[in-house]
Amino acid sequence: MKLVLPAALRVVLLVLLVAFIVNPGWFEPLFKPLTENNAPAIYNQGSLLSLTLQHLGTVAVATIAAIIVAIGLAILVTRPFGAEFLPLSRSLVNIGQTFPPVAVLALAVPAVGFGEKPTLIALFLYGLLPIFENALTGLTTLPANVVEAARGAGMTNGQKLLRVELPLSLPVILAGIRLSVVISLATATIGSTVAAKTLGEVIIAGLISNNLAFVVQGGLIVAGLAVFIYDGLMALERVAARRMGQAVR
Amino acid sequence: MAIRFDKLGVVIAAIAGYAAFFAPFATFRANRIVPGEGRFILDALPAVGGPLLLALIIAAIFVALLKTPLAWRLVASVAVLIALALAIGVAGSFLTPPNNTFARISPASGFWLLIFAFTLLLADVLTRLELSPFVRIGILLVAAVAVGALLASGSWDSLSILKEYANRAGSFWAEARKHVALALGSLVAAVVVGLPIGILCHRVEVLRAGVLNVLNIIQTIPSIALFGMLIGPLGWLALHVPGAAALGIRGIGTAPAFVALFLYSLLPVVANTVVGLAGVPKAANEAARGMGMTDRQRLFGVEFPLAFPVILTGIRIVLVQNIGLATIAALIGGGGFGVFVFQGVGQTAMDLVLLGAVPTVSLAFAAAIVLDAVIELTATSRRREAVA
Repeated sequence: MKLVLPAALRVVLLVLLVAFIVNPGWFEPLFKPLTENNAPAIYNQGSLLSLTLQHLGTVAVATIAAIIVAIGLAILVTRPFGAEFLPLSRSLVNIGQTFPPVAVLALAVPAVGFGEKPTLIALFLYGLLPIFENALTGLTTLPANVVEAARGAGMTNGQKLLRVELPLSLPVILAGIRLSVVISLATATIGSTVAAKTLGEVIIAGLISNNLAFVVQGGLIVAGLAVFIYDGLMALERVAARRMGQAVR
Repeated sequence: MAIRFDKLGVVIAAIAGYAAFFAPFATFRANRIVPGEGRFILDALPAVGGPLLLALIIAAIFVALLKTPLAWRLVASVAVLIALALAIGVAGSFLTPPNNTFARISPASGFWLLIFAFTLLLADVLTRLELSPFVRIGILLVAAVAVGALLASGSWDSLSILKEYANRAGSFWAEARKHVALALGSLVAAVVVGLPIGILCHRVEVLRAGVLNVLNIIQTIPSIALFGMLIGPLGWLALHVPGAAALGIRGIGTAPAFVALFLYSLLPVVANTVVGLAGVPKAANEAARGMGMTDRQRLFGVEFPLAFPVILTGIRIVLVQNIGLATIAALIGGGGFGVFVFQGVGQTAMDLVLLGAVPTVSLAFAAAIVLDAVIELTATSRRREAVA
């Protein structure tokens, strides 16, 4: 699935998004029609910029942890030492993805209390699965002759992993990371129901005070961030695939 | 001869050993919201029960730890899971002081970790057995009947999650019906609308990128925002279009939740229809055309049946995703199991969260197993036809 936006449109949208986050006041007339009874048109219970940064920070921390653990586990179960875990880890990924994010989030609360922590745990666990799944796919579907050639060239197992297997599966792994980030960006908003500081606060404030303008601006910022991060990671994947001489998707 | 250990068994033994000896098995609370105190297995069960359960767990740990036949591992994991299910019920009635309706007993971390460890063992055995789709559905049914029997027998009635249920039995089933209706109804709507769009996108290449892009962008809008944004337009419809309100279209409630789930469901259905149709072998299409089939005959007689497993995969994604997302509907008054989850989060009453979360997870899990089995059945039957 490709997301094609003309380059010029992309730049304009990015500038608009940044301008809105930094100085939402400029856009007040646009949101005014969405409010009733003279309610404020722009979120006024905190700065959108700091909420956006906290939102991105939470997603980044959870995703980086998920990347490290997921790739580490995928490497482990594709080595001879961990081969016994391979079938089980496949089914665990399948089972894990049936868990709704809200349930993971709500169930993390009794363990760690309210605030950022349950959100980080939910995002981490939920983000783990797509990355792990793709890393497994990448590492188990390498062309056999390339791996043989690496062994024939006298590479040690470590060299084979770092110079051949990981670079070759990088595009697939990146696709998993992209999926994980986009899911996490949206899921982080639900974190605000357990008192995490994310853009979900804006949306929930809108739902509570019946102010559509808040809901729309919170949603638009998250969706905008997701589209651009999706786009950027997609570009990264194309570069990685081209460097590996694979067909550019 | 050196003893060979099973590597997964080492992991399971570590988790189960910690859970059985160092983590509390049940939590006792004097009332619904005070912090609880942990009770270990030996304190939580009547005199004979505790040592008996521990002995069974230790035996099962050894079965997992050593390289034992699959059948042993299957028996060990099922035996421990059944014993745990029974024991937690016994612990519930044992720990509740007589004539006390305020005390709450709930499973604690040790119980959950034991369940996790032996479910891991069971999952590993079931994966290795490579069961056929029918057997998998059969096992799901047996498990559902077993849990249903335990619930009906009343042996869990002294546990806090069921006390929450007892207080809300009526609304629980009403929310359950709403939840299923939301998840299934939006799926049906998405299939009815999405299939023709997918076919159109397959036939008319110009449309494809544009339509998929729009659907992709809808997917990136966070669910609570999309639910919220639909409040406005639907509220306007209800006010200004005669008859709309009578059809149940309202600003808040089920209508925006339904529309949001429907919008989220469109992408997997449309995208998988396009991918499935694109994957139909050229030779099959050529042959059909050579036989003088019309476009319509070709679509229903050749392309559609061949693309069906891929389309079904899209439907599986949608159904599992919708069952989970429907919990968010509660935030905008749409009902569903999310009502209990968010009420529980609000009152920091975790049993109430579980009352909403456990049925949601079970539903999603059951839907995934059933649809996976159906997908495998259709895919293999196609292959068999192709060979024949």
